Amino acid sequence: MSTTPTTADQPQIGTARVKRGMAEQLKGGVIMDVVNAEQAKIAEDAGAVAVMALERVPADIRKDGGVARMSDPNMIEEIIDAVSIPVMAKSRIGHFVEAQVLQSLGVDYIDESEVLTPADEINHSDKWAFTTPFVCGATNLGEALRRIAEGAAMIRSKGEAGTGNVVEAVRHLRQIKNEIAKLRGFDNNELYAAAKELRAPYELVREVAELGKLPVVLFSAGGVATPADAALMRQLGAEGVFVGSGIFKSGDPAKRAAAIVKATTFFDDPKIIADASRNLGEAMVGINCDTLPESERYANRGW
Amino acid sequence: MSTPTIGVLALQGDVREHLVALAAADALARPVRRPEELAEVDALVMPGGESTTISKLAVLFGLMDPLRERVRAGMPVYGTCAGMIMLADKILDGRDDQETVGGIDMTVRRNAFGRQNESFETAIPFAGMTGEPVTGVFIRAPWVESVGAGVEVLAEVPAADGPDARIVAVRQGNLLATSFHPELTGDHRVHEYFVRMVEAAAR
Repeated sequence: MSTTPTTADQPQIGTARVKRGMAEQLKGGVIMDVVNAEQAKIAEDAGAVAVMALERVPADIRKDGGVARMSDPNMIEEIIDAVSIPVMAKSRIGHFVEAQVLQSLGVDYIDESEVLTPADEINHSDKWAFTTPFVCGATNLGEALRRIAEGAAMIRSKGEAGTGNVVEAVRHLRQIKNEIAKLRGFDNNELYAAAKELRAPYELVREVAELGKLPVVLFSAGGVATPADAALMRQLGAEGVFVGSGIFKSGDPAKRAAAIVKATTFFDDPKIIADASRNLGEAMVGINCDTLPESERYANRGW
Repeated sequence: MSTPTIGVLALQGDVREHLVALAAADALARPVRRPEELAEVDALVMPGGESTTISKLAVLFGLMDPLRERVRAGMPVYGTCAGMIMLADKILDGRDDQETVGGIDMTVRRNAFGRQNESFETAIPFAGMTGEPVTGVFIRAPWVESVGAGVEVLAEVPAADGPDARIVAVRQGNLLATSFHPELTGDHRVHEYFVRMVEAAAR
């Protein structure tokens, strides 16, 4: 799918390799939700590899209710100006005009996110139409591959944003990894039926079976609140983590942010995770996911 | 000589791709996150990633001083993108508190080619490389603003806004740096070039 300039001397922007390659540079890192320039600086100081600029963190979107939309361009630009690390921002699912606006603002990645209220209940945005790369959420392999077919250059397992509860993040990442492992065991005859089952293009299914991984970077999101949570997702196979409400809804955001960065790099070293977990103050309170009504489960948005 | 062992600084970034490229270039490749792991390798790759994050973690986990000592003692190092920034004696547009390992007498401008929307790929001639030009994948990439007398310029790209060329690959002694990411292309010639540097340094 990537285009390789072999003879052309003209530089090419927005190629699949440039878009996917950007996500490769974020691996092993933490991407943090921030709602203003001050929080963005705290995140950068703590060692975040990127920030996600949004008006309200998911925990507040849950509390406030109503329709959640793309953030104010002024607020996104303030954050772009405040930090030197990459800045991401969210569009509603299927709201390709919000995505066009975000591209025009110069954000480095667009998250077509279930945390915002979907604008289209059938179609996601055509992400090939953009120079700016997209990250999308997925709860299973079929969903991930449908997003990649639409042009997503990075996938994050969805989890359940704004809950501070890692259970759904674990469920979705395990689901994706298990389905990939299953494909690895299939012979060529079985991949066609697998593609039909997964409701995903055969070429992508075959690519995953050959690679043993997605053709794009896979992060985890939705419920990470502690250093141990972040390390858990890494040990389960996530190449990095998104932390939303978990940092700035906690007692000491700067300290917790730095601790989660350390635990994400040394995810397999319990001593370092233990040290990072000391005296962090209060974690966000959190919500038990089994008491969440179906209508309030963001992971169900997107198809 | 025996096959060299080359570490990849694995604090953050596209570590896996470098491990694959080094193995393809006939080196033993392994990740390095701790001072004791650094002590065990003959040479090091500093990968692409977020330079502020990598720098911060290197300081926090006691790697910055051992890295500087090894570089001073002549260990071969190859830095791509963020790794190039780490090898620069001077950086522009970094964070005020951003430390580098240094070693190459050059000034590097961080994110000089722009944000992700300006990220690009292009064919570039690479000094001493036979065959097709190298495909340079530039992602929020730095460029080399100026170099000292002892630095060899290996590759340049035309500037978008004038007659100047931008320096994107350099070598000084056992240190090699590129603004772009050969590890993302499947073309392992730049890694082979580095492995030959490592072998020559061991002789």
